[in-house]
Amino acid sequence: MIILEYLLSAIALGMTFLYGSTGEIITEKTGHLNLGIPGIMCVGAASGCLALHHMIMANITNGFLLVLVGIIAAFIGSALMGLIYSFLAVTLHANQNVTGLALTTFGVGVMKFIIFGLRVGNDVPYLKALNAFRFPFASQDNALKYCGVMVFLAIIIALLTSWVLFGTKVGLNLRAVGENPATADAVGINVTAYKYFATCIGSGIAGLGGLCYVMDYAGSQEAYLSVEALGWLAIALVIFALWRPHISIFGSVVFGALFIAGAFIPTIIPLPFLQKMQTVPLLKMLPYVVTIIVLIVTSIRDKKENQPPAALGLPYFREER
Amino acid sequence: MNKAEKHIKEPFMRVIKRDSISWQKAILVRALAIIGSLLFSGIICYLLIGANPLKLYITLFEGAFGTKRRIWKLAKDLALLLCISLAITPAFKMRFWNIGAEGQTLIGCLASVACIYYLGKGMPNWLLIILMFVAALVASALWAVIPAIFKAKWNTNETLFTLMMNYVAINLVAYYLLKWTPSGSSTLGMLSEGHLPKLMNNEYLLLILVVLALTVAMYIYLKYSKHGYEIAVVGESENTAKYIGINVKKVIIRTMVLSGALCGLAGFLIVGALDHSVTTASAGGLGFTAIMVSWLGKFNPFTMILTSLLVVFLENGADRIVTVFNINDAFPSIVTGIVLFFIIGCEFFINYKVIFRKKEAK
Repeated sequence: MIILEYLLSAIALGMTFLYGSTGEIITEKTGHLNLGIPGIMCVGAASGCLALHHMIMANITNGFLLVLVGIIAAFIGSALMGLIYSFLAVTLHANQNVTGLALTTFGVGVMKFIIFGLRVGNDVPYLKALNAFRFPFASQDNALKYCGVMVFLAIIIALLTSWVLFGTKVGLNLRAVGENPATADAVGINVTAYKYFATCIGSGIAGLGGLCYVMDYAGSQEAYLSVEALGWLAIALVIFALWRPHISIFGSVVFGALFIAGAFIPTIIPLPFLQKMQTVPLLKMLPYVVTIIVLIVTSIRDKKENQPPAALGLPYFREER
Repeated sequence: MNKAEKHIKEPFMRVIKRDSISWQKAILVRALAIIGSLLFSGIICYLLIGANPLKLYITLFEGAFGTKRRIWKLAKDLALLLCISLAITPAFKMRFWNIGAEGQTLIGCLASVACIYYLGKGMPNWLLIILMFVAALVASALWAVIPAIFKAKWNTNETLFTLMMNYVAINLVAYYLLKWTPSGSSTLGMLSEGHLPKLMNNEYLLLILVVLALTVAMYIYLKYSKHGYEIAVVGESENTAKYIGINVKKVIIRTMVLSGALCGLAGFLIVGALDHSVTTASAGGLGFTAIMVSWLGKFNPFTMILTSLLVVFLENGADRIVTVFNINDAFPSIVTGIVLFFIIGCEFFINYKVIFRKKEAK
């Protein structure tokens, strides 16, 4: 039974990473390493919670409406962050790493500022929307209590993204931009438009991850404080999944399982080594170590389809050939 | 309408790369960006908390420079940030995107504290300090050289590698903290051994002087030494470097050893001169801020003094605003973010020129 509980928790938490990594994959496929993802996920959480706060305060209790507006608000808020990134990194040719890190600084600040202001006395109105994110038939002792609406949405979005990226012409063009922007430009693909489009949509999707964590997984007052750390793991997951959203579905569950391993593994496997408190950080280290190993192995095997997009991190300026 | 269409269509505006820009103009653009960003943050502040904007600016300056104590704190924060920025600069100049300074610094802290924890009792202080220094530098250099070796040998993406190493380092510190605190509280109190001496009875002076010396040394290293030249060539074009007989792999590994060792120095200074302890937040995000400082300072150690001054000034000043106006302590990072956006954006106008379509002569 505890194993089932562990698995379901891992899936529920993993979806936060899945949103983040799906969004980041779309962006990276156009050659933009967006290190602002943690900040963007924070803003997603903040704008979603802000919308929910106002709806609860206005006594709207329709569950469907709450979920819909919450998700749309999170998407728009984080897509705006993507717009800032694209304006700086695409139009103004700024360094991607620096822009992304500044975006993270900004986003984390914005989130803490907004969410902290959403308290009314000791009460946190947006948390009242929690139940709307759960399925009505998921009672307290039902296994489904862990997996709400956003878990399924995450999987749908990931599969859809995979299909668009690898099965449609838009996806082909998008990947061409990330592999060789000059060639893409020469065959008439609007490089700038694709970069803007991918970054904004990608950021919007990533932002849902923040909302997913706060409203679906954690659902507590302090939950928002850990969104940033999860955002960095989402970037790690992109590498782990070799830039493929459908692999990232499994990857996200693995990451989720490793992230909460400290709470479950000692109970499941009664080894004395695992009973020690000190083991918890070592287990938490695993997702990063595994990512590094994947990164190394793919670079040593050097298979073309497993590599990062060729133009990842490089600015593109048409007149500079 | 028809007449206009006969001409070759010229875009309304286009962008070309500037060959050069006079330094006066470059300073003007940057100054305008900073002023613009401060005005913009003032407006945001006014909208958020409705305080008198003028009072906000005064508080901002007061918070950074108001008292003697605050100026010393400003200088300390500046020195620490500058130290880590200097550490990553050679790597960045080589276009090796080392965003693992956070972890490398943390490993330096950890190694120093480990020396105190295991060897502190019954050892003369000077010997302990030397051991801490060596341990921090070696540990951080080793931490930094791992991604470099893989980059040199198999061209493994260093940005992602170094980023991941940060979190491995953070969890490693968490592990040792649990190991060292038997109660499991994982807070290691201030250790009484291994304190660096205070110069002229000022706890920050030694740190500031060390970083100042490092700044000068780094400037000379990058500008006048053979190593500095090799770094610049590898950064500009790896193929050129190979062609003129530079061993690119050797340069990458050597530079990352240096970069990591200097991060270790920062970690040693944090432990020896300031915290005398270690937490998972000992580096406090400085490793990430340093990337922006180094890049905005155009990898020039002296310009970086100014950029890190700007960042530290904003953070300390905004901290004061938080106390005076009693608002959420996330406020400084919002202001820093806005100012950074403006400065990052203004670089465009320094490197590129926008040409508008000329009006048709009649």
